[in-house]
Amino acid sequence: MTGHHQALALLLFSGFVAVTLGITTWVSRRRQGSAEEFYAGGRLFSPMENGFAIAGDYMSAASFLGVTGLIALYGYDGMLYVVGFLVAWLVVLFLVAELVRNCGRFTLADVVAARMSERPVRIAAGTSSVTVSVLYLVAQMVGAGSLVALLLGRTSGAAQTWAVIGVGALMVVYVSLGGMRATTWIQIVKAVLLLSGTVALTALLLLRFHGDIDRLLLTAAERSGHGRAFLAPGLRYGGTWTARLDFISLGLALVLGTAGLPHILSRFYTVPTARAARRSAVWSIGLIGGFYLMTIVLGFGAAAVVGTGAVRGSNAAGNTAVPLLALELGGGAASTGGTVLFAVVAAVAFATILAVVAGITLASSASVAHDLYASLRRSRGRRRGRARSEVAVARWAAVGIGVVAIALGLLARDLNVAFLVGLAFAVAASANLPVLLYSLFWRGFTTRGAVWAVYGGLIPALGLVLLSPVVSGSPASLFPDVDFQYFPLQNPGIVSIPLGFLAGWLGTVTSDEVADEAKYAETEVRSLTGAGAA
Amino acid sequence: MQSSDDRPRGAGDGPESSAENQEDRGVPPSREATHEDPWYDTLASGWGEPDGTGVPAAAVPPARGEWGGADPRARDVYVEVQRSAAFQEVRARYRRFVVPGVAVFLVWYMSYLVTATTAPGLMARSVAGAVNVGMLAGLGQFLTTFLFAWAYARHARLRRDRAALELRWDTQELTRGRGGAS
Repeated sequence: MTGHHQALALLLFSGFVAVTLGITTWVSRRRQGSAEEFYAGGRLFSPMENGFAIAGDYMSAASFLGVTGLIALYGYDGMLYVVGFLVAWLVVLFLVAELVRNCGRFTLADVVAARMSERPVRIAAGTSSVTVSVLYLVAQMVGAGSLVALLLGRTSGAAQTWAVIGVGALMVVYVSLGGMRATTWIQIVKAVLLLSGTVALTALLLLRFHGDIDRLLLTAAERSGHGRAFLAPGLRYGGTWTARLDFISLGLALVLGTAGLPHILSRFYTVPTARAARRSAVWSIGLIGGFYLMTIVLGFGAAAVVGTGAVRGSNAAGNTAVPLLALELGGGAASTGGTVLFAVVAAVAFATILAVVAGITLASSASVAHDLYASLRRSRGRRRGRARSEVAVARWAAVGIGVVAIALGLLARDLNVAFLVGLAFAVAASANLPVLLYSLFWRGFTTRGAVWAVYGGLIPALGLVLLSPVVSGSPASLFPDVDFQYFPLQNPGIVSIPLGFLAGWLGTVTSDEVADEAKYAETEVRSLTGAGAA
Repeated sequence: MQSSDDRPRGAGDGPESSAENQEDRGVPPSREATHEDPWYDTLASGWGEPDGTGVPAAAVPPARGEWGGADPRARDVYVEVQRSAAFQEVRARYRRFVVPGVAVFLVWYMSYLVTATTAPGLMARSVAGAVNVGMLAGLGQFLTTFLFAWAYARHARLRRDRAALELRWDTQELTRGRGGAS
């Protein structure tokens, strides 16, 4: 990769950073410092704007670069990922979006705590939300580091370190100064950039094959070296039954995890009503579905145009498939077109990471300030001026989370990004989804049930990962020299998700407390009608 | 770029709402008008209502205590509404659509996932040219997701929205009447 690529990519990326910093300044010019404004952007976004912002939050670098790379390397098996990512949105739309908008104010814990004894529930839900966010955040930071190194052609550790620190610093600035309003506009700008880039690449690719997708697929199969097997499942997740079960576990985590991701849930609070929340979910399903259809075409296109061997040669995980495809589609490494397209794709990928990271940081700072800090401080009996000071705490929490994410991102530099994202989804599905669904739909759900549901999903999910081959016992694990591997699967979802639901049920039936009828009536009426909604 | 601050409530909310927004603009939203109008996306009850600049009022009540601390008589309102026939009907419509819907798409997705991992031979069966059963099933998942989303939004818009909005106003009216300022 030549200096031209780097210079142009850096220039475009600096342009994006300048625009986003401009948005942040422009937004914070008129800020009033209310919690409503900081956490929910004043709840004045339109469904279309919020739909784009949700899509921007969800379409991470893991999908743009990671999944296309998986398709380029393994064909059909990469496609299984995007199906899970998309179908998950039906769970969000049907069961969560409207009801959460009506019942909560800023965080997931709001919905649960309204019915229960507040402190323990808020602390539990806040802890699991922060855990999920930090896992997701580390995945993005690790991705940022390796991308910078790969795309700028510097594989040295220093470039990677500075990339992680730079991304962390920028996200702290966006969030602590601009709050939800700045973060939302950054998501919207990023979603438009990413979608335009993807549409342009897909159009160029289809032009090259004269619109003949059949020929594109056959060429991909031929150049992959696998023949027709490339177009059918089994290349990556075939083989042993453990591998197959592992994939089913991942698929389950993907489809149930989205509805428990704190940064996705908090996006529904930025619109005025439940009806607007529903419409923003429909918008985002359209945008995300279209985007994933194009990533499938681009993934097979990379195999057909660049060749699976060349993709693997550039990056063993396939993360550079799309940039390489852009280089080829523009006319090759020596041409101006190739240079420009490559730089555009690289800049879009950076922008993607930056925006996703800002969204997660905001959601986790809300959990820290609104759930954890507020509950812990209240126990000491001070309530004075809490609305204002809570926002101040949230701003500082964003700084703290930034520092933690930078540190973990540097430590976990060599972990696989897709694995970390899968783990975040598994924890969200095990710890957040059961408690959320039980509080919305189960009349007899009690405080103990809520607390058990959270910890009963969170602890097994994290514990099973510690005992899995990811951490020890195999050459590819985090600590290859020791062996305390007792759980064969990489993704804990298939065990920990049912455990979360089971623990919630068990906690409820064993508790002495009788669920408050009036409070459940209030939750039910509010969730379906929007009466008294914030 | 457009500022999100200085738009009227409900703006950008789709073509069908534009007519109502024209009428609402500049006029303080009267309770009677909004009661009749399911397209009117209302903000919070009482607080968080935009002031003259269209920015929500800065005063934010505490997150806690607003539910539990309400007047006990106001809490009874929710039980009353929950038992009313109108609410039972809205809830039944929601559940009659959502429960079978969730069951169908989860079963369809899980059977796709399990078939792809356990029976790759079936998925590899060729249909036409490069297209095989697996490709069709994968695209089918995309198609059904879009269809389900469309059907849900349509069902909610036609069968639930108006009734839910009426219940919302009735409930808030009752809460205010019984419990004083809510």
